[in-house]
Amino acid sequence: MTELTLARALNAGLRRALEDDPRVVLLGEDIGRLGGVFRVTDGLQADFGPERVRDTPLAEAGIMGVAVGLAYRGFRPVVEIQFDGFVYPAFDQLVTQVARLHYRTGGLVRMPITVRIPYGGGIGAVEHHSESPEAYFAHTPGLRVVTCGGPQDAHTMLRQAVASDDPVVFLEPKRRYWVKGEVDDSPADALPLDRARVVVPGTDVTVAAYGPLVLTARDAALAAADEGVSVEVVDLRSLAPLDLDTLEASVRRTGRLVVTHEAQRSGGLGAEVAASITERCFDVLHAPVARVTGFDVPYPPAKVEEHFLPGLDRLLDAVDRVMGRPHSLTGLTRAADPPAVAGVAAGFASGRAS
Amino acid sequence: MLRSDVSPDRALRPHEDQGTRPTTVPDGPDDAPPTDADDLVRLVSATGERLTDPVHDPWVQDVDDDALVALYEDMVVVRRFDIEAVALQRQGQLGLWPPLLGQEAAQVGSARALRRDDFVFSSYRENGVAYCRGADPTDLVRVWRGTALSGWDPWAIGMATPQIVVGAQSLHATGYAIGCRLDGADAVSVAYVGDGATSQGDVHEAMVFAASASAPVVFFCQNNQWAISEPVGLVARRPLADRAPGYGIPGVRVDGNDVLAVLAVTRAAVDRARRGEGPTFVEAVTYRMGPHTTSDDPTRYVDVDTPAQWAARDPLLRVERLLESRGALSEDRSGEIKEKAESFAHQVREGCLGLAVPDALSLFDHVLVTPSPVVERQRDEYAAYLAMYEEVER
Repeated sequence: MTELTLARALNAGLRRALEDDPRVVLLGEDIGRLGGVFRVTDGLQADFGPERVRDTPLAEAGIMGVAVGLAYRGFRPVVEIQFDGFVYPAFDQLVTQVARLHYRTGGLVRMPITVRIPYGGGIGAVEHHSESPEAYFAHTPGLRVVTCGGPQDAHTMLRQAVASDDPVVFLEPKRRYWVKGEVDDSPADALPLDRARVVVPGTDVTVAAYGPLVLTARDAALAAADEGVSVEVVDLRSLAPLDLDTLEASVRRTGRLVVTHEAQRSGGLGAEVAASITERCFDVLHAPVARVTGFDVPYPPAKVEEHFLPGLDRLLDAVDRVMGRPHSLTGLTRAADPPAVAGVAAGFASGRAS
Repeated sequence: MLRSDVSPDRALRPHEDQGTRPTTVPDGPDDAPPTDADDLVRLVSATGERLTDPVHDPWVQDVDDDALVALYEDMVVVRRFDIEAVALQRQGQLGLWPPLLGQEAAQVGSARALRRDDFVFSSYRENGVAYCRGADPTDLVRVWRGTALSGWDPWAIGMATPQIVVGAQSLHATGYAIGCRLDGADAVSVAYVGDGATSQGDVHEAMVFAASASAPVVFFCQNNQWAISEPVGLVARRPLADRAPGYGIPGVRVDGNDVLAVLAVTRAAVDRARRGEGPTFVEAVTYRMGPHTTSDDPTRYVDVDTPAQWAARDPLLRVERLLESRGALSEDRSGEIKEKAESFAHQVREGCLGLAVPDALSLFDHVLVTPSPVVERQRDEYAAYLAMYEEVER
């Protein structure tokens, strides 16, 4: 057990993956001598050589297509896309090739490719550096899409992703790279890659979160407890396939669900979660499933991203709503599903920092 | 006067009147056939004369009359089954077929330059290559019958299944070639692309990556003059092979209707890759004598006289003439070849007609290696739904 930042936990996971399997090859821009712009591959080229930790030309489609060829040759490529907003040139290869070759060939060709993408906002970045593109990938059959909420999952899940015979889009919550936590090389409570986890048990409301918002949801559970509301936090971890069984079991205990993500709302994972849980749990739901998400606008400039990103207050506001309670700070009672703008106004009026 | 002196002081906003501009007309190569006097690598003239080429002759000095007859046989068989597949489509037995008529030499000559442990990444038109790699007759038509998304076992014949996304396979070939180097193997990969694909970013990036890694890959471009209805002149103002040197890759232009020349330049390119000297770009100048696919209508865009000009440069005809002039093709052997072609075409037809429609629930198979509970649930739900109808019918 060692205390590591999430980024170092990923680094340690990649190191183990390279040690465990000589067919593992890392490809990406600036991942070699520089160690990646977030230093996630720091030191790996020095230890495993430039053939296995490869600095590539700046062309994401090229990186992804070359990874396909390496997988054909029996390698296990781990691709780094430098930022979420730069994955789109690789999107064609991911969707038309990586995701489908196993299906296309009736199981003859496997694509054990891991695509690491630092994603999400909150770091005050310029455009194209704060996006949450998970829904595009989760919508694509043939891809596994996972994300981690803390250092332990970062380490374990990345190793599982590399070892998976399926292609895995591995989303790294970049604003949590510097969050610290204890990391065990082989934790006793490790879950399979496609399983959700109850990270805070509770009885009144389930909050389903993933990636950077797992920490926010934990904070919300603590704050809600102060106000006498017991929040259960489920870290979805796997966005494709969704572990709906675990989530259903939680909602059957609480009867209420709030789902949150940074990504825009329409067509997002929250919609899929809300619809699936409504189908499964209609009989026990006390309130409509609430979504707390980014708005249906392009990612805004850094100085106003706090309005776009779901924070603690907006989460608590949604918890109050599904509980049918007056807002815990303003005392106002609102309809179960108000316009999103009203939610923001109420959140900021409360003065609680997220 | 400097240009800036007469320019407006700012860019026009889109809604402002920009006046009329002269339209540009492509002035690149047109689809007229080459002549024997051009600079393409050519070892057999259109009239069937064996030409001397000190640079390329050594690469085919082992090709005696029997070997040349074998190449001729490949081309005859390929042409025959390709025609059979077109007929199957016309008869409603195939949904679609991309004919390769006219490109037999480019495909056979290049495919016969490869070893069993080399690996091919092709587009959808390389059925002649697939034949040479040993594809089963039935496997050639599965995709086009609509019973599967791929035909053959890639590992059995060393060839990925047809790529429909134009140019995507060039990157796969490059990655595979990099993998060969990592393995310390001397196997190579070949990316078959068309003239249209050379516009794709994937092909450009493949050449960048291949040059960067000195990957043992051969980019084999069949310039058949047409990307559906768009002539090569629309996308290239210079010969396609001229692009390669800009990447640090040698570019070779070969008469794509001369099977011997194609064999020679591909052998040279493959050998170079094997020796660790990196990629080569081969432009095989040929002609698509038929439509893009059976859904296409070239009469809307091909000049009525052009195919006849190319027919005079037919890839089979010139080898026939050469073999005749040498008395190297006996009537018996010729009969054998025809019989083999008929037999293979027959097998394609029988195989096609025998292809069963897959079970409905098979569409849920192989989405992931480890099945997804979400997909399995949908399979179960759909199975129950289908069973409901069976109940009613009973």
